[in-house]
Amino acid sequence: MLPGWLGVGRLTRFVFAAALILSSHAFAQGPQSTPSIFAPTSTPAIEIHHLSLFALEITGAIFLTVAGLLTYVIVRFRSKGTDDASEPAQIYGSNQVELAWTVIPVLIVVVLFLTTARVIFAIQDAPKPQAALEVTVVGHQFWWEYRYPKQGIVAANELHVPLSSADNPTPTYLKLLSADVDHSFWIPQLAGKTDLIPVHPNDLWIDPLQPGVYLGQCAQFCGVQHANMLLRVYVDTPEQFAAWVANQAKPGVQDSALAAGRHVFETQACMNCHTVQGTVATGRFGPDLTHLMSRDTLASGMILNTRDNLKQWVKDPNTIKPGSLMPAMQLSDDQLDQVTSYLETLK
Amino acid sequence: MSATAIPLVPGGHEQTWHRPSRGRVGMYCLIIGECAIFTIFVVAYVFYIGKSLNGPTPAQVLEVPIFNTICLLSSSVTIWLAERAIERGILRTFGLWWAATIALGVIFLIGTGLEWYKLIYHDGLTIRTNLFGTTFYSIVGLHATHVVVGLTMLLLVLLFTLTGHVREEHSERIQVLALYWHFVDAVWVVVFTVVYIVGR
Amino acid sequence: MADQTLPIHGSLDLTPPREGESTWLETLHSWVITVDHKKLGLMYMMLAIFFLLVGGAEVLLIRIQLAVPNNHLISPQVFNRLFTMHGTTMVFLVGMPLVFAWANYIIPLQIGARDMAFPRLNAFSFWLTAFGALLLYFSFLGGAGLYGMGNAPDVTWWAYAPLTARAFSPGNATDYWALALLVTGFGTLGGAINIIATTFSMRCKGMTLMRMPLFTWLLLVDSGLLLVTITPLTAAQVMLLLDRYLGAHFFDTQAGGQAILWMHFFWIFGHPEVYVLVFPAFAIASEVIPVFSRKAIFGYPAMVAAGVGIGFVSLGVWAHHMFTVGMTSAGNAFFVLSTMLVGIPTGIKIFNWVATMWGGKLRFATPMLFSTAFLFQFLAAGLTGIMLSVAPWNWQLHGSYFVIAHFHYVLVGAIVFMVFAGIYYWFPKATGRMMDEKLGKWHFWLFLIGFHVTFDTMHFLGFEGMPRWIYTYPADRGWDHLNLVVSIGGLIQGVAVLIFAYNLVSSLFKGKIAGNDPWDAWTLEWSTASPPPVYNFATDPVVHSRRPLWDIKHPEDPDWKYE
Repeated sequence: MLPGWLGVGRLTRFVFAAALILSSHAFAQGPQSTPSIFAPTSTPAIEIHHLSLFALEITGAIFLTVAGLLTYVIVRFRSKGTDDASEPAQIYGSNQVELAWTVIPVLIVVVLFLTTARVIFAIQDAPKPQAALEVTVVGHQFWWEYRYPKQGIVAANELHVPLSSADNPTPTYLKLLSADVDHSFWIPQLAGKTDLIPVHPNDLWIDPLQPGVYLGQCAQFCGVQHANMLLRVYVDTPEQFAAWVANQAKPGVQDSALAAGRHVFETQACMNCHTVQGTVATGRFGPDLTHLMSRDTLASGMILNTRDNLKQWVKDPNTIKPGSLMPAMQLSDDQLDQVTSYLETLK
Repeated sequence: MSATAIPLVPGGHEQTWHRPSRGRVGMYCLIIGECAIFTIFVVAYVFYIGKSLNGPTPAQVLEVPIFNTICLLSSSVTIWLAERAIERGILRTFGLWWAATIALGVIFLIGTGLEWYKLIYHDGLTIRTNLFGTTFYSIVGLHATHVVVGLTMLLLVLLFTLTGHVREEHSERIQVLALYWHFVDAVWVVVFTVVYIVGR
Repeated sequence: MADQTLPIHGSLDLTPPREGESTWLETLHSWVITVDHKKLGLMYMMLAIFFLLVGGAEVLLIRIQLAVPNNHLISPQVFNRLFTMHGTTMVFLVGMPLVFAWANYIIPLQIGARDMAFPRLNAFSFWLTAFGALLLYFSFLGGAGLYGMGNAPDVTWWAYAPLTARAFSPGNATDYWALALLVTGFGTLGGAINIIATTFSMRCKGMTLMRMPLFTWLLLVDSGLLLVTITPLTAAQVMLLLDRYLGAHFFDTQAGGQAILWMHFFWIFGHPEVYVLVFPAFAIASEVIPVFSRKAIFGYPAMVAAGVGIGFVSLGVWAHHMFTVGMTSAGNAFFVLSTMLVGIPTGIKIFNWVATMWGGKLRFATPMLFSTAFLFQFLAAGLTGIMLSVAPWNWQLHGSYFVIAHFHYVLVGAIVFMVFAGIYYWFPKATGRMMDEKLGKWHFWLFLIGFHVTFDTMHFLGFEGMPRWIYTYPADRGWDHLNLVVSIGGLIQGVAVLIFAYNLVSSLFKGKIAGNDPWDAWTLEWSTASPPPVYNFATDPVVHSRRPLWDIKHPEDPDWKYE
């Protein structure tokens, strides 16, 4: 009756393979510039990936069955030109059929629900190991603040976490807070997203199994520059991570040759928003700049950290990120040069 | 036969064709919608019980409005008596009970006003003071607004009654309007329980 | 095709023709003051089609901006206003008015009534909706003026707290959003009350509830749902305005208020709302598919039960929009289950429509083309919805282009397709003329292609990590090609809609005369003239089954023998 019923299984598998390839770089080994949810490298993302394939199989089978039936109906029962004007047999319904196509979906729902619930509990209620790194993430309009309470360091926009492995798990547990409106932390290759909601702390954990830089961005509309609240997660080897932490713990570089620039920084109200450890600058509204030059990018991932970009940013952030909450400070060219040179020493 | 040219009619027995009154259906629908609005405000109230960051607290400033409540709930009785009177065509009695309902409603509003005066000027509680102030004034205020709307309609009917325009054949419409008033009283039972009993 | 007059005595127009033409001012006046359900239904339809074009223009701008990476054609401020207005317009000024367009025009005709239960309330509701629309769009002119797009709302159509607090949205944009929708919300409430009262109280003799056309049933359920759907939004918007203007703290996180509370209230409205929007599509499908399959609908009682079931269950799934906000695992699991459960009666409806077509004699006139595409697309939309109900997967897909693809599959692939089906189907009744079939087919195929080019592709952008609400994206994310494809599909859809608009207008003047019953259908509206006289039926019809005209056309085999 239904042609190709046996072929549905093969067809289904082909469709999934195609979908996976199309959605790019399936089973990639490490970070990629297209942050695909089908290239997981951390347990929560991997668990989700397996579950998603199961869900795809079920929904795919349902689609092919029903769509196949519908296609058959369209072809088989099409009115031919040679038809007389008589009406076909009027069938008003069938209780058995209604029962059948109620019971079968209920069973499918039960299976899918139980599978889903298991993964929910596995990810959300996973016990936190002692060796876990704890980072507090504070979402701001439009940048990310990272505080490492046990290490006593504060960073911004580029999150460094240690590599984890199956036999020596060192996951990172993120506590998600917000300083203003709702944001959402989303690195597709590492985990599902979780929102940062003011006065409503949330938790998220990752255990990246491949080193490298993972990309993501804020995933809950937070205002005019939501689009450019980008995320960069640096998964470091243990040595790299230790070196990074050690550097971040140092106070700000005090190079007397750049005293002029530092003077500009401290008198032109920069210090009202920014912190440089070990100086009088203790502002909390903007990112901590103590180790600004240890970052690859500026403006939360928008531009590379070069002298020209830095100078342009300080001159007028709105030319790069219109709507950014950092104002143009109306510095003269000299002041601009001096303060940029000063900032360049903050390694 | 007037209506159709259908030759074969099933059964052939004529059953009386019943349909509900559209005014009544419409009013029930309005009440259902209004219940949903009030539910949201009640949920907000309950959600924020005990969550204010600063005082005053309900226990400190709220006095249970027993007299007010008795007045309002009695007005449901008086309006019910008015409905029965107009059903039987006794318009004078109807008018008296109807006026009594309005009077009781007005007393309730005055009582609410006095309560708010005390809370604002003696206790320093406004809608912006804390979460309690926010949720208290909005839910009690929402209810009071509905009382005002109800009283306005009741007053209009009283005016029409006094000028002789309301007759026994209007009893169905009067009952539909009374339904709204009963709803307002029922909501007060909920608001009263949540604000003055559970929340204190 | 039975286009001759049917022997339901008294259904023909007996009014003598009016002498002389009315002036255009008299005509306009008659429309402005009308309380006639047919005119009001058409006015709702014209409002909806107008705003469909406006909302479509907004999204075309969006798609041009997103066609290439790092585009600076449109500033972020303007972009954020555009997508907020696009969503708000499509939901409140297209989707909702369409519910009332269909219900107002067709229900009284299908139940053999003279008009709706409350004609003046009907007019009032329409004008409230129109005024709310005007208020919302006036926001473009306020504030910084036209090119900065003034004060149009820019907080997404969800208007999440605390972004909408005075501190983060200092201008009046949010106020326009809240006030305009409060006004249209009251119009909506009035319309819903009217539909329910009409269906319960105005049915003609013999039409028990279980003999009503499914179209009427489904809009009845829809209206019941609306009573408890629009009102939570009204409450939440009042709270938002109290926060913004009277210093209340409902959503003020600095005073102990919770952003989460807005989310719950909004989605308690927002989820049933999407069912409110889709029920008319179900209603139209339940009329068109049987007629063009030449068979009665399969499983009428099951369809009624499924409709009621969907209405009730849809009230309990709202937090599947909030899987990422940090609810407990048990909370998440509950909403996974309830969401999957609502898929069951929905699926049953699809199965019943397919079963209706099984064994029929399918005629693929334009309404049936759109309905067939609807079946495939609504099936797919429901299945991507099941995917989204898998909470852990939702943690990846939420806030991404996958979600946009899913809900546009419903809103466009199901609802807009059935809007077109319904217009092609009932245009002859409302105007007395047929729409052009050839243009209809061009419209259909072009729109189908454009729809799939855009929205099939969009699912993959979600898989690749592209989030929503972004005015541009970096060049190195690998999203550029797919975005270009999505945008091109949008342009194709735009062309198709223009063909439709042309067909609509030209058919008004040049369409073939339709007669009472061009489709050989079976419900009461086809027994009266096209367009119906202002009083609909000269004498009240009496019915004995679900398909009174089938009984007349097939006296040897009437439906009441089998029901």
